[in-house]
Amino acid sequence: MAEVVQKDGRWYLYRGLTYLVLLAAAAYFLIPLWIMFSTSFKSLAEIRNSTLLALPQDWTLSAWHDAWSRAQIGASGHAGLVDYFWNSVRIVVPAVVLSTAIGAINGYALTKWRFRGANLLFGMLLLGAFVPYQVFLLPMSQVLGTLGVAGSITGLVMVHTIYGLAFTTLFFRNFYVAVPDELVNAAKIDGAGFFRTFWRIILPISGPIVVVTVIWQFTQIWNDFLFGLVFSSSDSQPITVALNNLVNTSTGVKRYNVDMAAAIIAALPTLVVYVLAGKYFVRGLTAGSVKG
Amino acid sequence: MSDASPKTRSALQPPLLDRLGAQLPKLVLAPTFAVSLFFVYGFIGWTAWLSLSKSRLLPNYDWAGLSQYVRLFENHRWWVAAENLFIFGGLFIAFAMVIGLILAIFLDQRIRVEGAIRTIYLYPMALSLIVTGVVWQWMLNPDLGLTSVMHSLGFSGFQFDWIIDRNMAIYAIVIAAVWQASGFVMALFLAGLRGVDDAVFKAAQVDGASLPRIYWRIVIPSLRPVFFSALIILAHIAIKSFDLIKAMTNGGPGYSTDVPATFMYTFAYTRGQLGMGAAAAMMMLMAVLALIIPYLYSELRGGRNG
Repeated sequence: MAEVVQKDGRWYLYRGLTYLVLLAAAAYFLIPLWIMFSTSFKSLAEIRNSTLLALPQDWTLSAWHDAWSRAQIGASGHAGLVDYFWNSVRIVVPAVVLSTAIGAINGYALTKWRFRGANLLFGMLLLGAFVPYQVFLLPMSQVLGTLGVAGSITGLVMVHTIYGLAFTTLFFRNFYVAVPDELVNAAKIDGAGFFRTFWRIILPISGPIVVVTVIWQFTQIWNDFLFGLVFSSSDSQPITVALNNLVNTSTGVKRYNVDMAAAIIAALPTLVVYVLAGKYFVRGLTAGSVKG
Repeated sequence: MSDASPKTRSALQPPLLDRLGAQLPKLVLAPTFAVSLFFVYGFIGWTAWLSLSKSRLLPNYDWAGLSQYVRLFENHRWWVAAENLFIFGGLFIAFAMVIGLILAIFLDQRIRVEGAIRTIYLYPMALSLIVTGVVWQWMLNPDLGLTSVMHSLGFSGFQFDWIIDRNMAIYAIVIAAVWQASGFVMALFLAGLRGVDDAVFKAAQVDGASLPRIYWRIVIPSLRPVFFSALIILAHIAIKSFDLIKAMTNGGPGYSTDVPATFMYTFAYTRGQLGMGAAAAMMMLMAVLALIIPYLYSELRGGRNG
């Protein structure tokens, strides 16, 4: 930014206007979050009689209780989001660990043990990352059926691991490219092999990129809807699918307070990660933004 | 491997373990290579094949030529979906870029609490699009949403019912999509602005140019590569849009907010039209390739020169 000239009246006017625009934009981004929270603490009667932005008059947790463990979701036998929340956890944890571990080894092999065809393989992975998932759905349904994991958590872990590999490999490759080769060559001269070098030299310096990758994969898989919708059964649905069913397919009176509490429950894990480690999240975002 | 030749059996031949070690990197990458070959490229071929087959309710690999594509193009709903993609994509990209650029410029004026403001602008990207859709569906509720706020402010004639209006619902989805992505575009532009040399500003100010003029004439044109990347990323997001539409309107009212991704899902999974679903998926792939191949080509060339 430019050096700003003398601080006269006009300067203060411009500064004021700048902050005004920035604050208005902050409000624009925060208002939906505010509405989510305030609506979730209101009773249905209060929702009908107050306005969207108003603070709850009588704070109540009953919508949260309903969303978590009582609300009827679609036609399933599960009450509330609790079972689906744990489904998501059971899908996300193994898929993140597997895809990150494989991506790390891949990135290391691609950059520190260069061989003919390494660039071709990498280009292949990269191009594949752009393909819309719709192209994979029909064959994947067949393959999961053949393997006997259709509609299961295991099947979803497999799908997320496979289609996460391009991104995890990309992240680690781009990180390891910047690591000096001398580091690895010295270890090789000392007789350390492929895995020993990885374990002793590469892994200890990989902290930041592991965090970026884990956060990226966690956010992507937790927020996934398409794979969860297509490849799950009523006992393995992730929370995003359950949230959509709760809000859009339930019968009877629409309970907006329960909808909002459910939306917060579904959003909370990724929001918490974002607040705690936003810097790493943004780094992943700019590196992996092809995914959409 | 030429194990049989006498030359490799000389005394200099390294032990088996070492030779294996030399192959280890390739061995380690082999599963990923195989997985990519099968689950990405194989599946593209598989879907292409389905789109050229007679598949309806079940896969049927009898050759049907382009008849699934003919049926797709004769389907009015497909053209609604395609048109919606252009409307949605065009507006989404334009608004997200303009808002993102403006916010980035304002945030680049030595702002005190820049970090906190950036965190606020970017948090929607951490949310699931289902969450975004659910919240915006509630805020745009024709009775209790924004309308009620305006009524309470005294604008009793105010009515905002885009989300249930078949002619306007797609624009309601644009509003939510822009909210989600514009902070991210801001981050891209901010990174670009940080790369602009301070000397540019000083030199232009010495020449008597005003700040808005410097931005308009010098800084913004120099951000062209960022515009290009942002365009590709946003267009890619638009083509793949599915979650937000499912959560906000489920393609409705009627099928007025269908896009190719929801069309593909509906026809393949609820209408028993696998072949047509596959053809729709292939059309999406072609759209992405038309976008991405020139981009990757220019990126890779640029990388080699730089």
